[in-house]
Amino acid sequence: MGGIQSLQRRKHELSKAQAQIDTLDDHQGLGIPSFQERLESIDLFPLKSTGIDVFQVNMGKMCNQVCKHCHVDAGPDRKEIMTRETMEQCLTALKGTDIKTVDLTGGAPEMNPDFRWFVEEISALGKSIIVRCNLTIIVANPKYNDLPEFYKKHKVNVASSLPYFSAKRTDAQRGGGVFEQSIKALKMLNAVGYGLSDSELKLDLVYNPSGAFMPGDQQDLEKQFKDKLKNGYDIDFNSLFTITNLPVSRFLDYLINSGNYQAYMTELANAFNASAATGVMCRNTLSVGWDGYLYDCDFNQMLEMKLDQPNGHISEFDIESLNKRTIKINQHCYGCSAGAGSSCGGATT
Amino acid sequence: MKDTYYNKEDLNKFGNITEWQKELGDKFFSYYGSVFEEGALTKREKSLIALAVAHAIQCPYCIDAYTGDTLQKGVDEEQMMEAIHVAAAIRGGASLVHGVQMMNQVKEKTM
Repeated sequence: MGGIQSLQRRKHELSKAQAQIDTLDDHQGLGIPSFQERLESIDLFPLKSTGIDVFQVNMGKMCNQVCKHCHVDAGPDRKEIMTRETMEQCLTALKGTDIKTVDLTGGAPEMNPDFRWFVEEISALGKSIIVRCNLTIIVANPKYNDLPEFYKKHKVNVASSLPYFSAKRTDAQRGGGVFEQSIKALKMLNAVGYGLSDSELKLDLVYNPSGAFMPGDQQDLEKQFKDKLKNGYDIDFNSLFTITNLPVSRFLDYLINSGNYQAYMTELANAFNASAATGVMCRNTLSVGWDGYLYDCDFNQMLEMKLDQPNGHISEFDIESLNKRTIKINQHCYGCSAGAGSSCGGATT
Repeated sequence: MKDTYYNKEDLNKFGNITEWQKELGDKFFSYYGSVFEEGALTKREKSLIALAVAHAIQCPYCIDAYTGDTLQKGVDEEQMMEAIHVAAAIRGGASLVHGVQMMNQVKEKTM
């Protein structure tokens, strides 16, 4: 699996958030208006939070995979993971709110040694939990083989990336052998009841394009995925979420190296959709970094665009001020507002 | 800009053809949009037909446009290539079927 290394391991210039910001800042060089100008044109600037519904926690950059498009620059060599102390601060913050959904992501969140403890504690608070599981982690080591049972026990909504229903395109993005292992993991999830039409255990797949193009219609792709996975592998799942790749970290590096950066950004900017911009997920999400700092979304987190708030750490969590905050933006935000819109829950329009 | 007959950037300027004949241009784009709507054929099937036709008429703009469009619609590489083989078969067949005309002529002109 793998074959590539993280940008950080390669000491790549784009492993630094500031270098990415400098690239994204130059919208004039791309010949597109700034995202701020586009928001101003529809009276949506400054973009404000509408109140936190989703509390998303990035449990760390450690991962068993090194996907070519990863905006986290995650991989086995990344050691930045959330401590139990920070998780306790998350729980304290959550206790005082009526936030219903906690969304756990990474890296591979399951590789954090306190992952199961954290899920149990969140579950005890009565929150619904989404885990962004890369599938292969389930079969990566015998100690993870019981994850489907663990998820079932806590009624975790499993959201898993599968960029395509063939090995060729999946492995090109996520590493050699990933498709085959993902299929094995999906079968294990189905075996405990995940993704079946009469089951309350939700298994959603996340599709993101394997290259410099936008995702197509979510419903059409879901139909194709259901047909191919059922007929080819006898696999069931609930919904397919289409996600647009944002020009951050390794996907930004890919765009630049492949000569696609300008055309891709132009495509995103031309596909700006006012309704998608109004419904962007950062407006109802709070993103917590592995070190406890707060962000508007996971992409802003990777670009180190911390909140402009005095209480910008989970230890100083103040829902009143966070619900009224102004969202920080840059040109990468075109990704979530293009076409049918894009979020961790798929298309937004 | 390189001095070539085809410039990639021109594809994005397709809409400009309405500048010198608005009514007909608008009618064309309205028709074009309707053609590619979901109908008795799916949008995906129409996109694959367009990809094949693009190769038959050898239009570089159309090839770029419908390679991107079929990728977006979840079409895989094998399906794209099969679509092009359909175009190639029809083009090749169109030449070869005229071989019958040639054979007829030869039969008429020879003893």
